[in-house]
Amino acid sequence: MLQQLFFGYYAFMIIILSLLVVTRGNPVHSVMWMLLLFFHIAGLYLFLNAEFIAAIQVIVYAGAILVLFLFVVLLLNLREELSLRQIAGSWPAAFFIVAALFITVTAALGAYVQGPVGSYSIEAVRSETHTKALGRLLYTEYLFPFEIASLILLVAVVGAVVLAKRKLRS
Amino acid sequence: MISSVSSFLASFVGEPMADMILNIVIILIKVAVVIVGTLLHVAYATYWERKVIGHMQLRLGPREVGPFGLLQPFADGVKLFFKEDIIPADADKPIFYLAPVIFFTSALTSLSVLPFFDGFAVANINVGLLFLLAMSSLGAYGIVMSGWSAGSKYSFLGGLRSASQVISYEIAMGLSLVGVMIMAGSLNLTEIVRAQYNYPTGFYAIPQILGFFVFFVAMFAETNRLPFDLPEAESELVAGYFTEYSGFRFAMFFLGEYTGMLIMSSIGTVCFLGGWTLPKFVMEALPFLSELPNFVWIVVFLAKVYVFMFLFYWVRATLPRYRYDQLMNIGWKLLIPLALVNVVFSGTLKIMGWF
Repeated sequence: MLQQLFFGYYAFMIIILSLLVVTRGNPVHSVMWMLLLFFHIAGLYLFLNAEFIAAIQVIVYAGAILVLFLFVVLLLNLREELSLRQIAGSWPAAFFIVAALFITVTAALGAYVQGPVGSYSIEAVRSETHTKALGRLLYTEYLFPFEIASLILLVAVVGAVVLAKRKLRS
Repeated sequence: MISSVSSFLASFVGEPMADMILNIVIILIKVAVVIVGTLLHVAYATYWERKVIGHMQLRLGPREVGPFGLLQPFADGVKLFFKEDIIPADADKPIFYLAPVIFFTSALTSLSVLPFFDGFAVANINVGLLFLLAMSSLGAYGIVMSGWSAGSKYSFLGGLRSASQVISYEIAMGLSLVGVMIMAGSLNLTEIVRAQYNYPTGFYAIPQILGFFVFFVAMFAETNRLPFDLPEAESELVAGYFTEYSGFRFAMFFLGEYTGMLIMSSIGTVCFLGGWTLPKFVMEALPFLSELPNFVWIVVFLAKVYVFMFLFYWVRATLPRYRYDQLMNIGWKLLIPLALVNVVFSGTLKIMGWF
């Protein structure tokens, strides 16, 4: 009962906050609602016994990425942007796409099959602590996908530096 | 005592409910004790700072209010509390109200995971160290939002400076703590202290000298203290991000800054200086020490925190302010590479079994 209540609260708040983020006229207020949204997502992770992911969610998304958003927003000329009420035009097209997506997801939900139970039950994760369990899996069983992901990030970093440097030279 | 209260409650609401209520009450009491204790420390940290800097500059510091000026912090508090609360006409009001609250709450929330002595932390969580880093990055929002919402150019520049400084040095600080995580094999602050107690030197500052150095420099930048106090550089920006704040809203920034210093000192104490413990060889030489009850060890913890606080004041009285590009160069080109080297060394030595 308590679990459903918790999950219901987080799910409801995440939806409400996402709506607030996309409907605010002032981008800085959007960012502040998004901050609250990230905290609710972190709460949801905690609820799933994933304490490490919850902490990383706050450190990386709220602490780094959102601050960079904020920087970009602050450096824009806000006093002029503020008068912009409607961000997206042509709502029928948007409505059509969202409706199609909704129908697809609803149809796909019927085909949901619960996966097999692995060796990492809640008790096993608790006794080993979530950070250790995650680290061990990432560096043994899933090392290859993990390395691919880090290589993609490295390419992005190098690309960003190259673009910035080219602009400096010209 | 606790069991009799528990059985008394159980006669009204049943066994499981009584345990839950009792737990919540105990947590609330712990929270109250920690917050009151910290705020008293903050009050006297300001007094102590003025005394230390005064004597270093051949002055006497506060001495009029009470004996040796000991009541000065309370006089300051009363003064701030009764000042007029001014809100600029150009301000974005909701965010202007919210910014000091975010700043102060994020500092106070960090207190909840700190282990002050064995078995006493409001929340003894497994990712304590990450929680502290998360809360310190949340504090940056208070600064940026206060700078933006005031609608003043000085505030805005101060906010931007502070935000870029805090996120730059957060990376170095996080990386400098990785060596400690590798050696202790845990992110739980209590476990880190226990692992240090079982380590031959008794604290990690000796093998982790590089990590300690990076942490120590990043600590000043994270709390916006001299020599890295560019966000509030008086000669350029009036007072930086809190220029437009007055009265109690200003007091919240002020308290938040000193709480932040106390927290950084506590992180340094817990991760590098062995927390509430004395090294094992000292304990073995003086066996009567292990007879002492747990809560006495908070004295050791506080003594180590005071050393850090004194260093904050000492550095403030000694060093001039850096230029902004120098600050960024130190952060990105010196501290982060050093911290990375430290991570590689610690990992290699751990695999070879030397740690």
